[in-house]
Amino acid sequence: MTKSPMLRVAGLAVAYGGIRAIKGIDFEIYGGETVTLIGANGAGKTTTLRAITGLVPPVAGSIHLNGRDITGATSFSLVRQGLAMVPEGRGVFPQLTVSENVAMGAYIRDDKAEIARDVERVFSLFPRLRERAQQSAGTLSGGEQQMLAIGRALMSRPKLLLLDEPSMGLAPVIVQKVFAVIESIARDGVTILLVEQNANLALRTSDRAYVLESGLITIAGKSADLLSDPKVRAAYLGE
Amino acid sequence: MPHVKSQSHHLMRSPVLAWVGIALIAVALIALPFALAQIGTAWVRIANLAILFALLALGLNIVVGFAGLLDLGYIAFFAVGAYCYALLASPHFGLHLPFWLILPIGALVACLFGVLLGAPTLKLRGDYLAIVTLGFGEIVRVFLNNLARPINITNGPQGISRIDPVSIGGIKFNTTGKVFDLAISGPMKYYYLLLIVLIIAIVINIRLQNSRIGRAWEAIREDEIAARAMGINTTQIKLLAFAMGASFGGIAGGIFAAIQQFISPESFVLVESIMVLSMVVLGGMGNIWGVVAGAVLLSFVPEILRYTVLPVQNALFGRAIVEPEVIRMLLFGLALVAVMLYRPAGLFPSAVRRRELAKADARLPA
Repeated sequence: MTKSPMLRVAGLAVAYGGIRAIKGIDFEIYGGETVTLIGANGAGKTTTLRAITGLVPPVAGSIHLNGRDITGATSFSLVRQGLAMVPEGRGVFPQLTVSENVAMGAYIRDDKAEIARDVERVFSLFPRLRERAQQSAGTLSGGEQQMLAIGRALMSRPKLLLLDEPSMGLAPVIVQKVFAVIESIARDGVTILLVEQNANLALRTSDRAYVLESGLITIAGKSADLLSDPKVRAAYLGE
Repeated sequence: MPHVKSQSHHLMRSPVLAWVGIALIAVALIALPFALAQIGTAWVRIANLAILFALLALGLNIVVGFAGLLDLGYIAFFAVGAYCYALLASPHFGLHLPFWLILPIGALVACLFGVLLGAPTLKLRGDYLAIVTLGFGEIVRVFLNNLARPINITNGPQGISRIDPVSIGGIKFNTTGKVFDLAISGPMKYYYLLLIVLIIAIVINIRLQNSRIGRAWEAIREDEIAARAMGINTTQIKLLAFAMGASFGGIAGGIFAAIQQFISPESFVLVESIMVLSMVVLGGMGNIWGVVAGAVLLSFVPEILRYTVLPVQNALFGRAIVEPEVIRMLLFGLALVAVMLYRPAGLFPSAVRRRELAKADARLPA
């Protein structure tokens, strides 16, 4: 395939006060794919996302989005380049209503009619949010907040959506629902980078996967292949 | 759909009522100085001071209420505006620029000072930011106190006197004039000038709050990282809050200098910063009308106490037991404590703060 990747990460290294959390990793995501990054706690999954979104400066390596170098770019400028992130722990605006939160997601846009259509789309994707539209986001349950965070991120019409641990702290039933929505977003053509500890679910939802271990990518391949890989099964699928 | 129906009903009836209400308030505001003048000209001056404080509170509300950045040195911008006016319209430098020219200059200089304070403090929040802003306020005051040597810029602690009063189109604002046989004193003229400025300031604030910038401030106040994830340039938007807030302070300062015709660093001490902050908090952070009400209330209550504490004591005990000045500040402090205990979101909380309060209540065990 000669297609160039939407996101290309090359030799990325990130250090916190001299200690390297990411020790030089390479991976790429092509348009339309759902790629997952799995690994244990502290493997460097969130750090990788933080580096991509400009929240921590990398000490080495480069990040390209659609061929443009975005290494060290400010996080707010990336939104305009089609990158949206659903942060770990959701990061909804707790005192604003659900509606206000969703509207805030369209901050960079001013096509009012289109925004209204997208609000409608988010609410039909998450009927629960429509019911609670006038409620402040802080009063929502964890699952609802996760849905709100995803819906809000969609409002910027991202080409690439980064999801950081969407299953964290949620009841299994809710996790299933959240992942069903992630799949339907992917079907709509949004490219997704999914960072997860729940390897089983992440591998079932994605096309390709990378396994991160102590700051290095140790396994890479098709998600279906990884699901049947004995090493992965032993280390991450609890067998 | 009952919801839509009630809304259209509301729309049908509200414009008439709203206009009647606005007309009544306008008449009351226009008549107010005449009523106050009956009690004494001092009360017109107090009303003027209340409006000045309302201007300051509106400016500080942008920083504290909208953007959620605690600023304890806000009076510094008031000082900058006042000194701008004083230096450009007094015999001190022999400059006598017109009022309408100096006011924007003062706003601009204050705005620059706002950026000067905002830029190094961008990464600070909460108490840390409060301490730095407090220091900034003091630095400005100390500078004003000491910039008399080697070159005399501010005239030091003596302050600057004989500042030009406001004069627009030949109308001098410091003397009594006549409109249709109706005597209008200097303070009354200033009252109307201030009222117009206040109305403009309120309109600007309402438009700001409902604008894209207003929404960005709201987002930053709630969660800065999430705000950045929305594509909000937090650096720029925070600096804008400091700059906008400071310009309001600068304009208020300019008018203050013109009304007083004398200013000195003494007028710009920390207590004044805290006073303005109290007005914002008491009125209801983030709520424009609440903040104005807070300013008016905190300006008038101490003055009313000043004139009532002594007579009340005389009537009750036949003599003054406690010094009026002491009891006045005591009552004032108690009132503040009571309001914060029983209405922690302020007397007129903004919608968002009200929600915050409701949530805090819900968390309390019954």
